[in-house]
Amino acid sequence: MRKIEAERIKKKVKELFLRANYHIGEDVLTALKEAREREVSEVGCSVLDMLIENYKIASGEEIAICQDTGLAVLYVELGQEVYIIGGNFREAVNEGVKEAYMEGYLRKSIVDDPVFARKNTGTNTPAIIYTDIAPGDKIKFMVTPKGFGSENMSALAMMKPADGPEGIKNFVVDTIKKAGPNPCPPTIVGVGIGGTADKVLVIAKKALFRKIGEHHQDERYAQMEKEILEQINNLGIGPAGLGGRTTALAVNIEYTPTHIAGMPVAVNVCCHAARHAEGIL
Amino acid sequence: MAKIVKIVTPLTDEVVSNLKAGDRVSITGYIYTARDAAHKRLFSLLQKGEKLPLEIRNQIIYYVGPAPAKPGYACGSAGPTTSYRMDSYTPALLDKGLKGMIGKGLRSKEVIESMKKNNAVYFHAVGGAAALIAKSIKKSEVVAYEDLGAEAIHLYYVEDFPVIVVIDSAGNNFYETEPPKYAK
Repeated sequence: MRKIEAERIKKKVKELFLRANYHIGEDVLTALKEAREREVSEVGCSVLDMLIENYKIASGEEIAICQDTGLAVLYVELGQEVYIIGGNFREAVNEGVKEAYMEGYLRKSIVDDPVFARKNTGTNTPAIIYTDIAPGDKIKFMVTPKGFGSENMSALAMMKPADGPEGIKNFVVDTIKKAGPNPCPPTIVGVGIGGTADKVLVIAKKALFRKIGEHHQDERYAQMEKEILEQINNLGIGPAGLGGRTTALAVNIEYTPTHIAGMPVAVNVCCHAARHAEGIL
Repeated sequence: MAKIVKIVTPLTDEVVSNLKAGDRVSITGYIYTARDAAHKRLFSLLQKGEKLPLEIRNQIIYYVGPAPAKPGYACGSAGPTTSYRMDSYTPALLDKGLKGMIGKGLRSKEVIESMKKNNAVYFHAVGGAAALIAKSIKKSEVVAYEDLGAEAIHLYYVEDFPVIVVIDSAGNNFYETEPPKYAK
């Protein structure tokens, strides 16, 4: 059994949320620069230039990439040989988020009851924490501050197996077409296939963590990713939705086994910033 | 390279009429901020025939909930929030004299009709360029609804705030006219 203090969990979570909010991923910056080279729309190029400059400023000055510093979402893999001491796991995670947002000049964007008072909790907590128990003695954290401009464009379709790959492609492209300028294109499109209505949305969001440019290891799914990406970019929506050839930087599909009667499909959209960070204790 | 139209606030009918969808604009002057919660309160006051906490005639509202400012900064990262959430509140504000809105994303048919009726303009600010945009915000103070935190109504003094006219007062809509040119 390996003991890990709750305090260390808090510090790691804090570090990861600060990093995700200030520093864009290298793969994102590369993808944006490549898109800039290929973009033919004048306004589109100007938008991409502004985004690239924005990330330089944010990273250099350690200020938020975007004012929507997101709802804190974590995927935690807890090694089954880990024994947490000195505090409660969930509290430690939430304390880490709170400290990052209070001390890091990040916006507090969470309201308590979603329908009536909608009072800001003031701490950007509670975080949404997904925990999996895995073999080993480490704790693996994957965190994303999820902004809601993109999150609001998410969609779920409980498709029939007979709908097939064509049905899936049409659903994903339609979802992006309807979203238009709203999620701050160019976007990263996470697609989940399989599982249940809830599981499929979870894996769609997890798909956003993949490095841009990497495809699914199953060639058939990788082919679907390429075709959907091409169809999305053929919509002409462009950077900021002002017209252009760069509407999405990547389409990432993740699948999971599902029931004989179903083919759940979920789309979780992320803006190009694709803010996420990973760490291990 | 498209030229940049420099405008100052408050807006005038003449300036607004001359702004066309696609124009690159640089705004200098005072602008207000308001988003979901503030709009709900303003709308409620208008419905009850009560006075608003700010004079909106000829003014611009920027849909934003900024990040807190680091010491030494006038304003934290402050990119636009998605405008459609303010749509149901907007025609009433336009009727009261609001002349310009800065945000990002689609607007409803009702908003566009009201813009045409009231000679108002909708500017697009680049979502995701929040740290860059904040550099053009030189002064910031809360003028109403402080209890709303980041959703409070602020008064910003901006210099060369970069925007694009995306829906003009004639109803020309860049979000609709441009993508088909690049579609395949």
